Amino acid sequence: MIRTLSFSALALAASLGAAQAQTEIQWWHAMGGELGTKLEEIVAGYNASQSDYKVVPTYKGSYTETMTAAIAAFRAGEQPAVVQVFEVGTGTMMAAEGAVYPVYQLMEDMGEDFDQSAFLPAVVGYYTDTDGNMLSMPFNSSTPILYYNKDVFEKAGLDPDAAPKTWGELEDFSNKIMESGAANCGFTTGWISWVQLENLSAWHNQPIGTLENGFGGLGTELTVNGPVQAKHWENLAKWQQDGLFQYGGPGGGADSAPKFYAQECAMYMNSSASRAGVVANAQDFEVGYGMLPYYDDVDGAPQNSIIGGATLWVLQGHPEEEYKGVADFFTYLSSAEVQADWHQFSGYLPITQAAYDLGREQGYYEANPGTDIGIRQITLNAPTENSKGLRFGNYVQIRNVIDEEFQRLLSGEVDAQGALDSLVERGNALIRDFEAANG
Amino acid sequence: MQTKRTIFRSRGLPYLLLAPQLAITIIFFLWPAGQAVWQSFLREDAFGLKTSFVGLANYTRLFHSPDYLNAMQVTLVFAVSTAALAMILSLLLAVAVDRLIRASRWYTTLLVWPYAVAPAVAGILWWFIFNPTIGIMPYVLASVGISWNHLLDKGDAMLLVIVAAAWKQVSYNFLFFVAGLQSIPASLREAAAIDGAGPVKRFFTITLPLLSPTTFFLLVVNVVYTLFDTFPVIDATTEGGPAQATNTLVYKVYMDGFVGLDLGSSAAQSVVLMAIVISLTVVQFRFVERRVTY
Repeated sequence: MIRTLSFSALALAASLGAAQAQTEIQWWHAMGGELGTKLEEIVAGYNASQSDYKVVPTYKGSYTETMTAAIAAFRAGEQPAVVQVFEVGTGTMMAAEGAVYPVYQLMEDMGEDFDQSAFLPAVVGYYTDTDGNMLSMPFNSSTPILYYNKDVFEKAGLDPDAAPKTWGELEDFSNKIMESGAANCGFTTGWISWVQLENLSAWHNQPIGTLENGFGGLGTELTVNGPVQAKHWENLAKWQQDGLFQYGGPGGGADSAPKFYAQECAMYMNSSASRAGVVANAQDFEVGYGMLPYYDDVDGAPQNSIIGGATLWVLQGHPEEEYKGVADFFTYLSSAEVQADWHQFSGYLPITQAAYDLGREQGYYEANPGTDIGIRQITLNAPTENSKGLRFGNYVQIRNVIDEEFQRLLSGEVDAQGALDSLVERGNALIRDFEAANG
Repeated sequence: MQTKRTIFRSRGLPYLLLAPQLAITIIFFLWPAGQAVWQSFLREDAFGLKTSFVGLANYTRLFHSPDYLNAMQVTLVFAVSTAALAMILSLLLAVAVDRLIRASRWYTTLLVWPYAVAPAVAGILWWFIFNPTIGIMPYVLASVGISWNHLLDKGDAMLLVIVAAAWKQVSYNFLFFVAGLQSIPASLREAAAIDGAGPVKRFFTITLPLLSPTTFFLLVVNVVYTLFDTFPVIDATTEGGPAQATNTLVYKVYMDGFVGLDLGSSAAQSVVLMAIVISLTVVQFRFVERRVTY
């Protein structure tokens, strides 16, 4: 073993260009806490499984910090081979031809056995080019679902085993809950942008932007100021006035989870990957799960929800041995065992059909109710142009614009249509900037 | 004004002595500032793969952007209120402590304490206290009928960042005011007292004018503080929200450059910010300093 050698001998061997040395692969990621520990466990499993490559994971902070760190490193010529980028950064990464190494190309160049059809279309569809080629490797994908407090439902005289299916039911349930005094508020939500606008649009088969939600090119424009979105935002503003809905803040909506945990709000919409946190924090009550509500007067609803989360992007500028290692590691990562383990631990969606089937064989979904809601929801119907995902440049800033316009709506400064119109106008300006810089 | 002249025998020695300071200034100030100026004329994608020279386009875009004009207004309100609050409050505290004879050291230590708290930590503390969902203050305020929600109410958010930023700076100002007050000879005030001047009269005609060098110094420091160093407080409490109500110029530089990866615009903003600070400092030294009695 190398470890038994003295340090000087190791240094000597290194200086002589030791033939036995492992190829190191740098992987920058944004998984802190328990997810980070699990990620390191997976990497350790890979490193122990073979002796040619050594993957070195490095935690770089939040999604934004990880992405900006990798981009800054690229500009300085110090980029890692693999970086985890959140879904809203997809437009930026895709446009950077020459900086990223598309995954399908990598697998082909390295002669790695790679069958794209093994992956769940609803997951990889978000990360493919217009020809359907996979550009990045999905790692942690989730989709928003509905959590509800069964105890409060019971107290309010509702059936604790029936989640509201439509927004009409949700309003009705919320009113009953508040009138009976079972809870102070009907519902809250994380991620206004992701859940109450992007997913709302996909779930009702409404376009988020032109050119297939931006998949078709940089010339895209936002179209989220349609009648369905306007009606929904108008409702949210009204429900907030009446106390049925409580706002959990911009971005991820950090204040929404405590509202649900403290039984202030009876229902809560957030990522399927929040399940572990919900279960751990819901100590005094039982949690029920449901799909996102929909408006039953909209044709084609419910369609399918879209994902969020992050994928692994390969960056250019490394020697070929490293890319061989990356290809090998990706094969390991997408194996059914590793995927099923990660999915069941974290609540993220499985990325391959095999991992989902494995979970079913193990009886995992029956033993853990609610864990397959997300996957059933994204696969409810074959994705359309409107529900495949979205791809816009400068989307990190556009997400902020969505939050700002929603705040203006809730504070009564504008009405729903006004907020959405302004959102579209400001968002389009950002998309035009991106087009000018990348066109 | 008298100037002292030191005569060096060789011509090289003064330059040699200046060299370290000049090197630091060039490497850590002029060079990056020059880079920012150059970057502000470019349009570039995030990865730096496609770069084109666009002249003043970044600047024209900036001054036509309602968001940027809003950030200027926000910064003005924020800077003036924070500097005023921090200075008036610390002067009051300093005068109060100056009158104490025995316990003044204790009070001084306690009042300087907040300065040792890292700005990000201070920001988190304020975030906790005023969080509309889990904070203690909104709960207390609700019981007296005031609804607090800085996630939606622009006024609440502005108030929060002003109070948090000023709180951080009070300690620093306080320390300088105490030192300034102690350097004023007691005999002057006693003489005025014997002549029949009351405490208020004594404060405004003797203490305040004699304190003016300290006040002036603190004014410069506080303005620079509110423009630049309040970044962590804003980042930890409101993140510039709601709807850009607390998005100051320096926070916008960060958001556009490091989050939005629009380096051209971000560089142009930092050049504008640099120009603002330079001109403010010139104005302060040329006009305000004339009225200062040393």
